[in-house]
Amino acid sequence: MDKPLILMEGIEKSFPGVHALNQVHFDLYPGEVHALVGENGAGKSTLMKVLTGVFPKDAGHIYYKGKEVDIPNPRAAQLLGISIIYQEMELMPHLTVAQNIFIGREPRRGFRFLLDEKEINRKAEELLSSLHIDIDPRTKVADLTVAKQQMVEIAKALSYNAEVLIMDEPTSALSETEVEELFETIRHLKNNGMGIIYITHRLEELKEISDRITVMRNGQYIDTLDTREATLDRIISLMVGREIYQTSKRSSEKEDEEVVLEVRNLNRGRVIKNVSFKLKRGEILGFAGLLGAGRTEVARAIFGADPIDSGEIYIKGRRVHIKSPTDAVKHGIGYLSEDRKRYGLMLGLDVEDNIVIATLERFLGRLGWVKRSKTSEEARMRVDELDIKTPSLQQKVKYLSGGTQQKVVVAKWLTRNCDILIFDEPTRGIDVGAKSEIYKLLNELAESGKSIIMISSELPEILRMSHRIIVMCEGRITGELMAEEATQERIMQYATMRTNSVISPSSRR
Amino acid sequence: MEKVLKRFTIRTGAMQQVLIFASLIGMFIIFSLASPNFAQFENIIGILLATAVNGILAVGVTFVIITSGIDLSIGTVMTFSSVMAGVFITFWRLPVIVGVLAGIGAGTLCGLINGTIISKLKMPPFIATLGMMMIAKGLSLVISGLKPIYFVDTPVFSKIAMGSILQIPNAVIVFFGAAIVASLILTKTVLGRYTFAIGSNEEAARLSGINVDAWKIAIYALCGFFTGLAGVMMASRLNSAQPSLGQGYELEAIAAAVIGGTSLSGGEGTILGTVIGAFIMSVLTNGLRILSIPQEWQTVITGIIVIVAVYVDILRRHQR
Repeated sequence: MDKPLILMEGIEKSFPGVHALNQVHFDLYPGEVHALVGENGAGKSTLMKVLTGVFPKDAGHIYYKGKEVDIPNPRAAQLLGISIIYQEMELMPHLTVAQNIFIGREPRRGFRFLLDEKEINRKAEELLSSLHIDIDPRTKVADLTVAKQQMVEIAKALSYNAEVLIMDEPTSALSETEVEELFETIRHLKNNGMGIIYITHRLEELKEISDRITVMRNGQYIDTLDTREATLDRIISLMVGREIYQTSKRSSEKEDEEVVLEVRNLNRGRVIKNVSFKLKRGEILGFAGLLGAGRTEVARAIFGADPIDSGEIYIKGRRVHIKSPTDAVKHGIGYLSEDRKRYGLMLGLDVEDNIVIATLERFLGRLGWVKRSKTSEEARMRVDELDIKTPSLQQKVKYLSGGTQQKVVVAKWLTRNCDILIFDEPTRGIDVGAKSEIYKLLNELAESGKSIIMISSELPEILRMSHRIIVMCEGRITGELMAEEATQERIMQYATMRTNSVISPSSRR
Repeated sequence: MEKVLKRFTIRTGAMQQVLIFASLIGMFIIFSLASPNFAQFENIIGILLATAVNGILAVGVTFVIITSGIDLSIGTVMTFSSVMAGVFITFWRLPVIVGVLAGIGAGTLCGLINGTIISKLKMPPFIATLGMMMIAKGLSLVISGLKPIYFVDTPVFSKIAMGSILQIPNAVIVFFGAAIVASLILTKTVLGRYTFAIGSNEEAARLSGINVDAWKIAIYALCGFFTGLAGVMMASRLNSAQPSLGQGYELEAIAAAVIGGTSLSGGEGTILGTVIGAFIMSVLTNGLRILSIPQEWQTVITGIIVIVAVYVDILRRHQR
């Protein structure tokens, strides 16, 4: 066998409070597609960022074609011949395909100041046809489909004479036929001796495109499998790990409780497809799925933050029309966004102001003044109720820890009398100690009769907290599990149940 | 069906150009029918002359707007350039050509400073150029001693703008010349390409290895160059540098660019569009004056036109 193009050994990387990469090993040979899989936060993207010079490594060695190399910045990676295509597109939509590919190194004429547009287009055409990509280089990028834009990114990456191409979830925004187009291109590159690192959440794609599969979990290298010998079950069990998260399974006896929220046939473009579910009083309903499965989109649609194409929402049996967050709040729905700092809090204001700000009309005196004594009383009550650890009500929220900030947001919604609370990734960015505080809070809220939808990408969290679990994939609900029957494996199976993998075994010969 | 729709949306960029040109022609016809005085040769020349200074300013600021920046200082920097020309020619008795170059140079220097503050100090263009607007205004007053500077001893200076070739005033020829050069820069050169690239996706431009800071400085300096040119034309036309004039011109220039289809969110715009936009504004002013509509109302109507034009731009963007 050839020498490996890339060999990474003993890679270490820590961020404050997180051991992101722990003695990670990875290698790549020319002419292969090596898939990198793992749950969210397993360390895949961090490893690739180390390889492309975005993050410096703390320890370990990287060998490129057998020679040890140092990759201090993205430019150095590019010069070596390592190119990456990010999940978010890095193209300029207003420019043409050819202009995008050669931006920054355009062929010039006339004192190196005039652009040689003909030459740019000719070179782009040559490049595209050598890759068997059928796109007119004179088209504006904004007018291309997402798939075609991705092809342009590939072409751009390759025009730097790359020998290693890293693709981070390239198919997440593509339709089935577009994926096939992309795979065609990947196979072509592979046959030309290029090494491709392929990060994906779509496990069923692995069989089709990869040669080897490396699994990571919690920042650690787990195992590398030959794709021909790997089964989906084996990959999933490696991804989620052997250790069973011992969770006191809660009884899901909410059968007799009143249904407080019912959603029927919710649709929104390609992101929400026919979503229906019921939420009962005192229930914690977990929403599981991979990134981009449409969970946040469902929450935002219910909350009126995004318009819906069709669907009905009932609150306590009555049909309601929610057109804006204001409507949602009137009906007692509160939404706690995953990005607290951007959407949930006013960081420059103090605890008291943040708690009462959405409900000021309740605290007005006769002349329209805000009555300080009343707001302080309310804020004091909430701080005691939720055990918010703040030195005073006048503490600015930005100086509080992540977990405490989260509680302030909850206090705000409770003050608004919200009975239905949607938590989107409630423990993201919160350290382990504070997490259990949040879990305790969620349990107490549910016990006091509030109904909770909890969106989370962390399976142990979903399993530990939920009475019932809804799993989504590609905008559809692919499964529903009671707490007793739920396991990480079953959730992962539902979460990777793509439309094509459901149909394909029979239809594809 | 979808294909047809797609084609239509692709074309809306060009549609906008056709649309504004059609509105210019439409306005022209309406005013011609409304008043026999409108379509007279004298009046047409008057409109061209009235467009020249604002047009040159608008051409310059179009570059900045395409990068999704803004330059609020062009009005008072234009005045500052006039004053500098006056200082060189009238106070220091240097040759006219030196004065002209000094005026243009002063504008370019202000643009260079704007660009440097914006890219190196990471200041929002709105704030940086707001500061420059006040600095240039104050300096003009200080240097001139609050009084206009007249070009009494150099009759040739006023010829720069007011001389004519085939009855067309030089100022108009300079304006068209500047527009053609600007258009070539925008579409044919590296500078133009990077102007669009920065406005379209600045981060992507940076990741592609473009020295975004340096090019931004160059783009603001180019805008300053055109501003200086406008200042010299203004001084020549009035045969004096008027230190208290200038504020408000920046907004008219920005309005002309926006009416002409330059997107305030960056990445889109043409010089031809801006030129048409400038003409729409001056035809409107001229026509309304000929119809004896009071000045106050002219301003109101111009304001409405700007809002409508920007709204059309937003509608177009939403289709995408």
